[in-house]
Amino acid sequence: MTTGTTRSYDDIPGTYVFDGRRSRQGYALNMFCMSLNQPENRERFRADPEGYLDTFALTPEQRTAVLERDWLGLLQLGGNIYYTFKLAAFDGLNMQDIGAAMSGVTTEEFKQMMLAGGRPVEGDQRSTPEPTHG
Amino acid sequence: MAEVIAGIATSHVPSVGVAIDKGKQSDPYWAPYFAKVEPARRWMAEARPDVCLVVYNDHADAFSLALIPTFALGVAAEFAPADEGYGPRPVPNVMGHPELAWHLAESLILDEFDITIVNEMTVDHGLTVPLSLLYGQPEAWPCRVIPLCVNVVQYPPPTGHRCYQLGRAIRRAIDAYPGTERVAIFGTGGMSHQLQGERAGLINAEFDHAFLDRLIADPEAQAKVGHEVYLREAGSEGIELIMWLVMRGALDARVRQVYRATHVPTSNTHNGLLVLENDPTT
Repeated sequence: MTTGTTRSYDDIPGTYVFDGRRSRQGYALNMFCMSLNQPENRERFRADPEGYLDTFALTPEQRTAVLERDWLGLLQLGGNIYYTFKLAAFDGLNMQDIGAAMSGVTTEEFKQMMLAGGRPVEGDQRSTPEPTHG
Repeated sequence: MAEVIAGIATSHVPSVGVAIDKGKQSDPYWAPYFAKVEPARRWMAEARPDVCLVVYNDHADAFSLALIPTFALGVAAEFAPADEGYGPRPVPNVMGHPELAWHLAESLILDEFDITIVNEMTVDHGLTVPLSLLYGQPEAWPCRVIPLCVNVVQYPPPTGHRCYQLGRAIRRAIDAYPGTERVAIFGTGGMSHQLQGERAGLINAEFDHAFLDRLIADPEAQAKVGHEVYLREAGSEGIELIMWLVMRGALDARVRQVYRATHVPTSNTHNGLLVLENDPTT
């Protein structure tokens, strides 16, 4: 439930729920990512990354995270995975490549984990509350 | 009167679309999954619905953070595949059914579901991958399609209960439509998967199978499950499963399971495929 600036789901490990707090923080960043849906924008960004980024009101930290392709940092700075994935696709990466990068393993290790049934849900990640709307 | 003939549920994984578009269905990685799709394709070839109402979520393609409709219904005559950042999928345009779609819009709004009406939109892999799964690669889709987008990207999505009730309202509207259309309704997305963060790659097959059991047999109970349970148990993107409740709501209280299959992995997702028909014995 909502109490002040914290949410009950904030304790889910390794998870950045894209709620209003993150949406406000990441609006310009996500709209930059979405602009890459248009081929002409992809060409502009490819030709002049810094100049193209100047047309969006990113914070210095967001700008650095984009230029360094810091996939986890982008989420921590308000990025939404469906938006940041457009930057990954621009680079020719797939969801397993950036899943690996965000979880700190190689793509091959990540692929093997998925072939073995994926990342298990363990211990403190499990929910025990009564089913309710939240 | 128009008729809801079936409910279909399927994940909508982008890489599945790529596998179809690039002819990789018999590759060792993909062959076991597509073998499980085949019975559903055969069922679809027999069932031949006139209209597919596809409940899915847009992934920052037709909509953006600039405007975030919770429920958006496509009423256009035609929808083109979206460029999602790497060029549009090489699939046919989707032909809509404006008359039935407008009937749905009017019925749903007067039934107190305040949906957004969309005259111009592209459709992304959330809609086109399920069509490709059930129809393969035809030159034209053999049905009319009505897109119904549910926001699951910006938290919070509508509740599972609201999705289920929307499905029931869709059923009332289709039952009242003065046409002969046979309608299949798709619920798409899910099952468990998490694309983001250090927990990327999460799969929870135990949760998914329990979800499927309850979706079929006791959807009222499943509809009461809150978002946080999905976030924790099914992963941050597993919350897409609420869209399957829209499909389920449009069917009778009792249904017959025609087909059910699951597969892991398809990219980062526990993939589910379900075909349900109303149970004629009730």
